[in-house]
Amino acid sequence: MTVGVLALQGDFREHAEVLRALGAEVELVRRPEELARVSGLVIPGGESSVMDKLSRTFGLAGPLRDAVRSGLPVYGTCAGLIMLADTVLDGIAGQQSIGGLDISVRRNAFGSQAESFETELDVPVLGAPPVHALFIRAPVVEVVGPRVRALARLADGRCVAVQQGNLLGTSFHPEITGEHRFHEHFLRMVSGAEAGGRAAS
Amino acid sequence: MTENTSAEQFGSSRVKRGLAEMLKGGVIMDVVTAEQARIAEDAGAVAVMALERVPADIRSQGGVARMSDPDLIDSIIAEVSIPVMAKARIGHFVEAQILEALKVDYIDESEVLSPADYVNHIDKWNFQTPFVCGATNLGEALRRITEGAAMIRSKGEAGTGDVSEATKHIRTIKGEIARLSALSKDELYVAAKELQAPYELVAEIAATGKLPVVLFVAGGVATPADAAMMMQLGADGVFVGSGIFKSGNPQARANAIVKAVTFFDDPSVVAEVSRGLGEAMVGINVADLAAPHRLSERGW
Repeated sequence: MTVGVLALQGDFREHAEVLRALGAEVELVRRPEELARVSGLVIPGGESSVMDKLSRTFGLAGPLRDAVRSGLPVYGTCAGLIMLADTVLDGIAGQQSIGGLDISVRRNAFGSQAESFETELDVPVLGAPPVHALFIRAPVVEVVGPRVRALARLADGRCVAVQQGNLLGTSFHPEITGEHRFHEHFLRMVSGAEAGGRAAS
Repeated sequence: MTENTSAEQFGSSRVKRGLAEMLKGGVIMDVVTAEQARIAEDAGAVAVMALERVPADIRSQGGVARMSDPDLIDSIIAEVSIPVMAKARIGHFVEAQILEALKVDYIDESEVLSPADYVNHIDKWNFQTPFVCGATNLGEALRRITEGAAMIRSKGEAGTGDVSEATKHIRTIKGEIARLSALSKDELYVAAKELQAPYELVAEIAATGKLPVVLFVAGGVATPADAAMMMQLGADGVFVGSGIFKSGNPQARANAIVKAVTFFDDPSVVAEVSRGLGEAMVGINVADLAAPHRLSERGW
């Protein structure tokens, strides 16, 4: 299967390396014709305002929305989670998202870099051991819609990982901590979608 | 779902280096007012560098260049939601402490300001705030990483609009990394001695073929073509200092450089964004600069 990684800005190479290590073919996606070739897409960490701007400038935002609507499996980390959120809180003026996840995400929810941290995070859907999670000026899911499943919460109860059908999102960055289980989980979603099934919401 | 109770760790190397990873493929722009910061954010900058004078003005006005007024830095932090960086003088650990207290997202220990210590750089491990440092070659980059830098930028020659030094420095760093990869283990001991860097770090780079931190280019980038060239030479991203707000149409130029960095390997896009940008910054040929005025020779 060929999995795309949105390569407008951010740590897309790290995602590509994890996906290749797991046996997937990887296509870096910057144009609509590249998006059309993939059976799943990862939106990396980076600056969501920049990805939003570039995706609209280069005619990718519309095709991305169409792809999400038609069931393409997409996994977003950090900025990617923001791109997948139906509602973005604290975006820059005019910031838009692709949407698809029935959630409200607050950008930079923890504050400046001084508030960035790493921690162990229990993610039941992945089993033991806990995920070593890296939060970099990270967003938080403040409102979880009824069809959305919260996959992980911080000790204070804030939601930092979600799944809704074929859409997966994490506030943190498994791609730079050597954690492969989220990508494995995502590749299973892609296989499921290719086989014609829809992931259970 | 069980609750997570384990301790959160702040300011670790992974957290510091991680922010730079998120800036990759992006443009970091020098700004001297909140209004410029807003223009930069709207244009698609991944971060801004808050300072009182851009390097071109520091160069033309002369005098001692120091950390910016905290009021200015505060006003820029308040204006934008992308990361804000600010510069401390080389070796001036108290300026760095102030910048940390102001909660800037990254501190640039910068040769663009007048050095405060001609022997020691800042011990950057003492800080939770990450540092970016300049380098003209691999040895310099490794010494800064050893002192705790979480991101490296090649120095170039700031405030000139002449990209030749930036080209030289990124080529030098990339070339030296490639040469390390070809050495045998016993040769790496000598390489470490010659680079004046710890053996373990040199061996790690020889094995991985890259720095353990993100490498941006800075100093002299003035056009979309300059930025795309730096990306093709292997930069992870680009700092643009005087090049944007010393040009005829900063907004258009900022937009264009952002697009050129994303599509650095597509000449048709770089050509398209290069149209009608108005005057580039006037610039100074580095060859015409007397040695004392070459900022890249500050730091060691």
